[in-house]
Amino acid sequence: MTGVWRTLLKRIADRPTSISALSSVLAIVSGLLVGLVIMLVVNPSDALPGFVTILFGAFNAGMTSLGNTLYFGVPIVLTGLSVAFAFRTGLFNIGATGQLTMGAFTAVYIGVNWGFLGPLHWVVALLGGMLAGAVWGSIPGFLKAFRNVHEVVASIMLNYVAMYMNTMLIKQLIYNQQYARALSPQPSALIPTWFLDDIFVGSSINAGIFIAIALTVVLHIILNYTVFGYELKSVGFNKDAAKYAGMNEKRNVVLSMTISGALSGAAGAIMFLVAGRHLEPVNQLLQEGFTGIAIALLGLSAPIGVFLAGIFYGNLEQGGYYLQLFDFMPEIIDIIIAVIIYFSALSLFLQKFVAGYIRRRTGEEVELQEGSEIK
Amino acid sequence: MEHVIEMEHITKEFPGIKANDDVEFRLRPQEIHALLGENGAGKSTLMSVLFGLYEPDEGRIRVRGTDVKIRNPSDANRLGIGMVHQHFKLVHNFTVAENIVLGYEDTRWGLLRFDSAVERIESLSRQYKLRVDPYAKIEDISVGQQQRVEILKMLYRDADILIFDEPTASLTPQEIDELMKILRRLAEEGKSIVLITHKLREIQQVADRCTILRKGKCVGTVDVASTTSDELAEKMVGRKVVFEVEKTPARPAETVLRVENLSVHNPLTESDVVKNVSFEVCRGQILCVAGIEGNGQSELIHGIVGLKPASGGRVTVNGVEVTDYSIRERSLSGISHVPEDRQRHGLVLDYTLENNLILNQYFEPKFQSRGFFRFDEVRRHAVRLIDEYDVRTSHGPLSLARSMSGGNQQKAILGREIDRSSDLLIAVQPTRGLDVGAIEFIHKQIIAERDKGKAVLLVSLELDEVMTLSDHIVVMFEGENVGEFDPAVVTEHELGLYMSGSKRKGAA
Repeated sequence: MTGVWRTLLKRIADRPTSISALSSVLAIVSGLLVGLVIMLVVNPSDALPGFVTILFGAFNAGMTSLGNTLYFGVPIVLTGLSVAFAFRTGLFNIGATGQLTMGAFTAVYIGVNWGFLGPLHWVVALLGGMLAGAVWGSIPGFLKAFRNVHEVVASIMLNYVAMYMNTMLIKQLIYNQQYARALSPQPSALIPTWFLDDIFVGSSINAGIFIAIALTVVLHIILNYTVFGYELKSVGFNKDAAKYAGMNEKRNVVLSMTISGALSGAAGAIMFLVAGRHLEPVNQLLQEGFTGIAIALLGLSAPIGVFLAGIFYGNLEQGGYYLQLFDFMPEIIDIIIAVIIYFSALSLFLQKFVAGYIRRRTGEEVELQEGSEIK
Repeated sequence: MEHVIEMEHITKEFPGIKANDDVEFRLRPQEIHALLGENGAGKSTLMSVLFGLYEPDEGRIRVRGTDVKIRNPSDANRLGIGMVHQHFKLVHNFTVAENIVLGYEDTRWGLLRFDSAVERIESLSRQYKLRVDPYAKIEDISVGQQQRVEILKMLYRDADILIFDEPTASLTPQEIDELMKILRRLAEEGKSIVLITHKLREIQQVADRCTILRKGKCVGTVDVASTTSDELAEKMVGRKVVFEVEKTPARPAETVLRVENLSVHNPLTESDVVKNVSFEVCRGQILCVAGIEGNGQSELIHGIVGLKPASGGRVTVNGVEVTDYSIRERSLSGISHVPEDRQRHGLVLDYTLENNLILNQYFEPKFQSRGFFRFDEVRRHAVRLIDEYDVRTSHGPLSLARSMSGGNQQKAILGREIDRSSDLLIAVQPTRGLDVGAIEFIHKQIIAERDKGKAVLLVSLELDEVMTLSDHIVVMFEGENVGEFDPAVVTEHELGLYMSGSKRKGAA
């Protein structure tokens, strides 16, 4: 047994990325354990069954909960991809929530008003949302590239601009006086469910999951197989070397923020182009944008990693929903997620810990891959 | 007491490399003991072990006859071991005195007290003849003076075992002479000194004994007085070394690079750091820009390759004016550039070697089609360059650039730039911090490029290098071209006078 374990560790030691992945897993395990301890303190008798409920959130009610897991995971996957993509170019897009808000408003506006589009209605609404997010993301991009304004400052401030603009525009353009919220998009604008509601009976799942998968694959290809991705990563890893190599660093910064914004815009469109969910003219930042930061860290800024992390988040959300069957507050989920985030922010430390453990067990030195942390 | 330091069977392993393999090192009281070896031979690792920066995997250390464990630099300080690092660890906007007492401040009622400290610093600088003004700010004093501050820092902490890591790397010939005197004086006053270096001349000048490391192993310890430079070099490299690079006389042909009245502005100081510099580089010629660090050489090159905009003047490559071109356009007009700071500009450290080897060619049709990489071509390119330029790594093309030694990083960059077969090769301090073997290799490559009919523009701070390689010398001082020389006629001493601003053309 120990022999197998050692061979496995040796194999891991040869690949820096697997060390990073292991540290993410470690972050998740630590988060869950802290959650378990809290549950044991709060309500010892129900702690274990409650914990199992969280862990297998997606499987508590068969296909319904599985479908809902994917449904909840999609926007988080998209905002996670948004933040991760900017990370890879060395930019910290903390403005995902603003871009998401702009995307959501634009998508809903098109959804309410442009019924003449027929079967293309939802596609145009989604693209409109992405475009709005892209424009919103490009603003800090331009400011960074041409005026050297730090993207964190610019995008945080734009979050509030987006929030208030959203309130104002809803009231002026698509207000439903009776319910004090935005009008419902026309049915033709809703993200279609296709055959999914037949498989995941009783869940809210829609085609957003396909969009999330498609965008994950596209980003994975861009980052790993294309010249464009090579340039973006060069700028992210070492701006000076990118400049030396003659890359157009300014253009890359703008493009990266634009694409990042488009992804958040897509998240906003997909969140609100569903029946029964409405944009509200309340001055509140949408949390999904911030969760995306955590998911990007947990997924090590790699598209596939982010996708898995986002779906795992959906799983926990679902677990939190069913946790109410026991005598627990669903907030326990937020605590667990917060701890996971905390540990994934410490990913470099955890990587060193894992590397040290492997060295002690196998005598093999490990090269750490750097650059996935925030600069 | 026969030895103040005894290090026995020291072994320290890093990923893919044994940096120290069963190394012995003994330091006698009051001697200057040189530690000689190529880059990556393990000199710095060995001294880092002694200074508590690394813990050895095996071996033991005795200081003044007692076994010790040195876990961190504070332990080393307590044992009276001090180290001057190659890159000084000084706070630039603090005064000399503040830097010296940093971490060892005198306080009363929690408030800093400087008078006694300054007194002590002054008495130390009198005793060891280390002239510095305790109230001057670090950013206002010369590199040579900063080094004296580092030495005083060790003395202030009562260190009597002093380690110097490559102390002459950024000094002028005159400053080096001064440092050598300081080292002698320190030894006479009872200090024991370890001098990490790869410069044989310095060893001959000051060292009593010399321990030679090669590829992590201890080759032996010799008395310097009874050993010749050639023998030392042979021990270090493991074979005979040709010091005089074989070089036929230059046959300059048509002009490739023409720089006319180039000025480069520094927005921070609001002044020109390069002022009206003009010169020409021809095919089959190595033109060397000499000067003390920080006299506008870096900015001059940045102005030529486009990393900084020119504020005046013209740059012409093969008759085409490139002054308003982007970096990419200049590069494609025939400029290859081995940058001064290989880790900042030359490499993306988190990329693999193969990705670094295409850093300024990745967009060419050879490596991509319709925006997608042709990974087989990228790999083939990397394998070929690794082979041709003898780049040694742990995982071949897939090694992270970060994990490679400085010499191999530089060979990779040089290979990448030469392989592009541009008409002009610009190399800025291409051998900085490298060992004899790598230097020899790089010098040969540069001469071979010249002989192939390339124009070579070399910037070097090392006079030895300037004298061996150049066919024509331009000296820069405070951003100006203060004199042009023929290396066959001019002496090092003469160049030193121009480099320090004591003489300039026209005024001579």
